[in-house]
Amino acid sequence: MADYKWPAEGNRALIGKRISRLDGPWKSSGTAKYAYDTNRPGLLYGRMVTSPHAHAKIVAIDTSVAEKMPGVKAVDIIHPVGQEVLWMGKEVVAVAAETDDQARDAMRKVKIDYEVLPYLVVDTTPDKATGYTQQLNEQTQLDPDAGFKEADAIHEGEYGVAAITHCCLESHGSAAEWEGDKLTVWASTQSVTGLTQEYSTALTAKGIPTTPANVRILTPVMGGGFGSKFAADTWGISAAVLAKKAGRPVKMMLDRDQELMVAGMRPSLYAKVKVGAKSDGTLTAWQSESWGTSGPAGGANANLPYILQTQLPYRRKHTAVHTNIGPARAWRAPNHPQFCLVTMGAMEDLAAKLNMDPVQFLLKNMKYAGERNKGFGTKDYEQELAKASELMDWKTKWHPRGDKTPGPIKRGVGVAIHTWGGAANTSSGNCTIHPDGSVEFSMATQDLGVGTRTSVGIVCAETLGLPLESVKVNIGDSNLPPAGGSGGSTTIGGVSSATRIASTNALNKLLAVCAGSLGVSADQLEATGGKIQVIGNPAKSLTWKQACGKLGATSISETAQTPAPNTPERSLVSGNVAGVQMAEVSVDVETGVVRMEKFVAVQDCGLIIDLKTAESQVYGAMIMGVCYALYEEKIMDQQTGVMLNADMEFYKLAGINDIGELVVHMMTGPGYDDRGVIGLGEPPTVSPGAAISNAVANAIGVRVPTIPLTPDKVLAALGKGVMA
Amino acid sequence: MADRPSKEIPEDELKKDAKAGEKERNALGRREFVKMVSTTGVAVTAATVLAGEQMMKAAPVEQEAPDAATSKLVGPGPVRMTLNINGKPTKLTAEPRVTLLDALRDHLDLTGAKKVCDRGTCGACTVIINGMAMYSCSVLAIDVAERPGAAGAKIQTIESLAPEGQLHPVSSAFVNNDAQQCGFCTPGFVMASKAYIDKHPHPTREEVKASLGGNICRCGTYMGVRQAVVEAATHMTAKGGNA
Repeated sequence: MADYKWPAEGNRALIGKRISRLDGPWKSSGTAKYAYDTNRPGLLYGRMVTSPHAHAKIVAIDTSVAEKMPGVKAVDIIHPVGQEVLWMGKEVVAVAAETDDQARDAMRKVKIDYEVLPYLVVDTTPDKATGYTQQLNEQTQLDPDAGFKEADAIHEGEYGVAAITHCCLESHGSAAEWEGDKLTVWASTQSVTGLTQEYSTALTAKGIPTTPANVRILTPVMGGGFGSKFAADTWGISAAVLAKKAGRPVKMMLDRDQELMVAGMRPSLYAKVKVGAKSDGTLTAWQSESWGTSGPAGGANANLPYILQTQLPYRRKHTAVHTNIGPARAWRAPNHPQFCLVTMGAMEDLAAKLNMDPVQFLLKNMKYAGERNKGFGTKDYEQELAKASELMDWKTKWHPRGDKTPGPIKRGVGVAIHTWGGAANTSSGNCTIHPDGSVEFSMATQDLGVGTRTSVGIVCAETLGLPLESVKVNIGDSNLPPAGGSGGSTTIGGVSSATRIASTNALNKLLAVCAGSLGVSADQLEATGGKIQVIGNPAKSLTWKQACGKLGATSISETAQTPAPNTPERSLVSGNVAGVQMAEVSVDVETGVVRMEKFVAVQDCGLIIDLKTAESQVYGAMIMGVCYALYEEKIMDQQTGVMLNADMEFYKLAGINDIGELVVHMMTGPGYDDRGVIGLGEPPTVSPGAAISNAVANAIGVRVPTIPLTPDKVLAALGKGVMA
Repeated sequence: MADRPSKEIPEDELKKDAKAGEKERNALGRREFVKMVSTTGVAVTAATVLAGEQMMKAAPVEQEAPDAATSKLVGPGPVRMTLNINGKPTKLTAEPRVTLLDALRDHLDLTGAKKVCDRGTCGACTVIINGMAMYSCSVLAIDVAERPGAAGAKIQTIESLAPEGQLHPVSSAFVNNDAQQCGFCTPGFVMASKAYIDKHPHPTREEVKASLGGNICRCGTYMGVRQAVVEAATHMTAKGGNA
């Protein structure tokens, strides 16, 4: 009988190879249908009237004129009179009309009166935010004061990461259609299964009794989420309400400005840091006073210092600043990029003070990385720092603070390290083997563009000894076996293990059917190369088709779930990865413009299912990192309460020529593969801000305290500018 | 920013046309008619906007809508127009304010071109018009439709690249090099790349970097795109000409 264990390196036909994604041809030929592409007979277009104020109470709503506008079929009041809106762009009323333009015309005729209330939208220090702050408890470990006394060098500095948005290219939204009391939603979501319950609860509360079983979510492909698309959201529920009222399907996708204003914000973090070390670089103590905004609510203690924390004496205090900047949503590796920038920036500055190479400085302090640096029999950071140094040619390129070569272009290199937990979500999948030899694997899971569909196919095909094309993968439909949401890099663990187990169970049933005709017991059989054969003996075999022909009229259908923690099968997956990134930049000290030259990422993530899409994930994370390190910021205006750059002209993202040359190295083989499958979406997004900021400091000789590293800030740090 | 087709019609020509148009559309009241907005460069004033709203209420049903191919002055109500899309004359009825992108996506179910920024910044809506890569969100459908005395522009969308399900070499190179993740920017990138290769059949990787800055990807697929364009160009050139 086949067992669940992942096949050993020499026995893998597909796993770990570079395989093109299954939905690639649909996407690159324009035939893939996203929620935004939904066209149904009688489709209406939904648009929302949103608050022009950062904080206000809704006093009156008059939709009477809008309702009579040409083409208007339904109006939904999302937030009734008396409720408060806590940010600009908050949705208040939705309309559905025959055309998108008619919906916009009607939207302009909705009259809403507000009582404007005080607000704070700028990301400011707690002392300038009186009345908007929440002081969290000071936390200490060991004796930081004694630690600072031991230090030969102490560095004090300020570091920060501005609030940014998600800017998914497919904006948030959905199309909703009713057939009696059954609702179908084409949704751009990270949580296909989870939405059924959410729709049912929210619609029932709105007076449209609905059960989860009567809600079907369809997401065959989706245009980016990055942590911002777990919920149905008010606009999703409203589209379903409008569709019910109009008796016709309604599509409601956010406009780009709404997308940037309300549909996702990564919290800011700023910190005053004091850090001490002995003359050999050994850290002795850390102290930080941090603050930042997560929007109108929330804000947890900042877990500083990042990674180098085990047994290091520290004292830390955090203040949450509650602002009307918009609601925070999870953004790839929540909080880690901010913690990493603050920590790795301060460490690099301290290393510079000691005139130490920051790589040597990090190596000196690996004991503070605790268990993480032991890895699974490997010394992750030490191995990865060595590999990254080699790929960057670090020893040649690193120089003490400030590039002394003549001319305005200064070059520098920077390093940062990161970690992430991962683990597995809980997903179920069904493997069906038909008598004609065809195979289907079905699971509700969404594919955010990371290659989930392809990974499911690879694991099923590998398990059955078939080529990838032989497996039909069905995903993105809540009517299929339930799957977990895609967050925290948990998808690949959840889906790959469930796929492996369901496929193995199905195979074992097939082996049992074939055993008689091959004259051995089922445990003497294996599936490989499109055959069912006696282990190691291709001469005694049946082709896959012959084998399936023995099923008679009945298909094999096996459903399995991600193994629970603490079961033997759970070893198919695990968590906790390390990663190292090194950036090389050039900075024009006359203009303040930073250019990426080279960027190296060394990353582990356990057993890799598809090396091609795994590398793409890392490239993508590095590029998103370049975006937030150099360009991205949600810029707010306190005078008016509005976001000033709610478009893609001024909310800047990197283009194809802004990223330099990227090098990705995945750690694989013994010590890595045997950890099982671990997610990859988050970890490589953590280090870029810190690595790039450190490279700029190395180039120009001074720290630019906050990211993005825009030209004005670079010039200010050089004492050349007037703007901070 | 992609170029936008512009048509300038002399003012006296416009006046002449206004008279002709008046006769053509005698179903409309004179007051509404003279206040109507033309799409050919007449400034939009508050009065014309107001008139526009009145016109929409009285919007002619599809068969009665004026035809853009024969009337110089049209709008603001729905207009019958013929677009030359992927080599085929394609009819639709839409208001003159409808962009080519919305016409393709909402009226013709050609959803390959994506709506992302809707402001001529990101390139997700790129189509090829008369051989040039253009942002279809920044082109009005009527401006590329058949007009009196002028054939419609040749509009090529991504749907034309794989007519028999056979992947175009550019699309295929995007797959091979994994130049796509969520894929929402991909059709625009493919069309921009195709238009680029058609004019620059032997690009280097450096040239590709300098030439495809008009398309933005959020997932971060640029490394794959650089390689894909070079690979596609090699294939297309080897096949001897433009596919």
